[in-house]
Amino acid sequence: MTVARQENSARHENEAMHGSSIVDATGAAPRMPMRGRFRTRLSNLAIDGLLAIFSLAMIMPLVLLVANALKTPAEMLAWPPTVVPDAPTLANFCAVLGDTPLLRWIANSLLFAVLSTIAIVATSSIAGYILGKFRYRTLSVVFVIILATAIVPFEVYMIPLYFQVQKLGLLNSTAGLLVGYLVMSFGIFLIRQNVIHSIPDELLEAARIDGAGELWIFFRIVLPLLRGALGALAVLAFFQAWTAFAWPLIVATSKDAYTIEVGLALFQTGYTVDLGRLSAASALVLIPSVALFVVLRKNFVEGIAATGLKE
Amino acid sequence: MIKRRRFLFAIAALLPVLAIYAWVRVMPIAEILRLSLHRWDIISKNKPFIGLDNFRELLGDDLFLTALTNTAIIAFGVLAITIPLSLAIAGLIHHRTRSRFAGVWETAIFIPHVVSLVPAAMAWKWIFDAKLGPLNALLANVGIAPRAWLFDPVWSIVCIIVLCSWQALGYAVLIYLVGFKNLPKSLYEAAELDGASGLQRFRFLSVPMLKPITLYVSVVTLVSGFNVYAQAFVLASDSQGAPGRQVRVLVLDMLENAFRNYRVGYAASEAVVLLCIVLILTLIQFSLLRERRRS
Repeated sequence: MTVARQENSARHENEAMHGSSIVDATGAAPRMPMRGRFRTRLSNLAIDGLLAIFSLAMIMPLVLLVANALKTPAEMLAWPPTVVPDAPTLANFCAVLGDTPLLRWIANSLLFAVLSTIAIVATSSIAGYILGKFRYRTLSVVFVIILATAIVPFEVYMIPLYFQVQKLGLLNSTAGLLVGYLVMSFGIFLIRQNVIHSIPDELLEAARIDGAGELWIFFRIVLPLLRGALGALAVLAFFQAWTAFAWPLIVATSKDAYTIEVGLALFQTGYTVDLGRLSAASALVLIPSVALFVVLRKNFVEGIAATGLKE
Repeated sequence: MIKRRRFLFAIAALLPVLAIYAWVRVMPIAEILRLSLHRWDIISKNKPFIGLDNFRELLGDDLFLTALTNTAIIAFGVLAITIPLSLAIAGLIHHRTRSRFAGVWETAIFIPHVVSLVPAAMAWKWIFDAKLGPLNALLANVGIAPRAWLFDPVWSIVCIIVLCSWQALGYAVLIYLVGFKNLPKSLYEAAELDGASGLQRFRFLSVPMLKPITLYVSVVTLVSGFNVYAQAFVLASDSQGAPGRQVRVLVLDMLENAFRNYRVGYAASEAVVLLCIVLILTLIQFSLLRERRRS
């Protein structure tokens, strides 16, 4: 099922919801005694309370981590842990920025994630469009191969891929990191589904009759119509590369080439470091990615939801 | 003529993508299958074909068997926590869709799934910490003796399960929410008219109708559980990074054999075992789905 279709069903649901509220107002709905209505409201309140507590518990570890980053060593040991530090200090941030090339690692990760996003969006949109709209028997064979290799987890084939990168002399470089994240099978499926469901053949035919070239059609008609899906895919691809761990760990082994994930993981095992600095380093990575997520939440949720609905 | 031009365009546009795909996907997958059948050590010159000997050796390798057991326990542990909890939470959120807070709960529960793994694991490492951690402080208040959670062979696995479930939950809730939205409204109205309570509707309507989604989420959770690595890397390594302390998981054992012991062929056979596990899980999912569709 496609994102477009989901939006559709969401709209239907909205209509249905409005419909039912009208029914309620006219009194055609089963009449509820006052006590029943009171009990419904009470149970709704209880559910809201439960969800609030649960949501709070879910983000608590991250909140406390950020709080720890702003605390003095003494306050960090206080029980119960304070959510808002009494005497907030930036000392931990300064210390960790002086100790480690943290900014360099963040820059490495950013570059890697941006390039990977561009590569994945480009390869997925081309392959998705061609596989969705050009029906030749040879192409369906290609599609089956992509489908079959899509279920193989990255961890399974990363060792041979490492040797391929090594042969090219690309270890410890962004290019080497990128080799593992140039394509995304799910991206190809996502774009293909969207092409099939939201780009009518007639539109393309009409453009062809008017004398439009294939490239013009792709850039001027297809890509603009795929904006929503491409946005969702871009967000997924970016976060996938930004949070990658095992691959950067084996490919980037010199301190200057680390991504932020690898740098942080090794920083905390390498030598004894105090909690404040660790928390500060972690917070420095967490805050922008949570902020980015909150901004791009809609795209993200669309993309993730689509992963669950492969038919 | 025009048809021919279109075909040529399709091939020309697709070819570069296919070349990349073949190079970064198909080739390494083929290579891992080939390597697993060879004695392929980095240091030795000849790399002979040895059939299934690598796999035979795996059966008697204590480190590998520990890794496999640990990984399986983690994967199924995460599954056992995530599925019932996410189903219940998604049901509650769906019940309150009209409340203006629904989006807030959804976002809060989803955030652990998107944040970078290592910083998130760091937060939990602090929570579980023997001396500084709030978990021990909390338990001390109730009169339970503190414990070195991350250094205990059993508890450290439990800690990894907690961390992984915390991360997996948001994804599962989101997929369930999409599932809830696609359930037929009329059935629920009918059930309500017949006097079914909310809990009954959840138990006898939603749960059975969401079975395909449960199946999908279970397989995804299990597959990512079997690929667990970063969580174990961060949580279960002490400050000196002593490898003996780490909870041995499949990917860790594989990487160690390849890059520390230089036994690439042997590591490849472990990768193939991982691949087989994933394939079996996927096949189970497809066959169950097909059965359902037929009935």
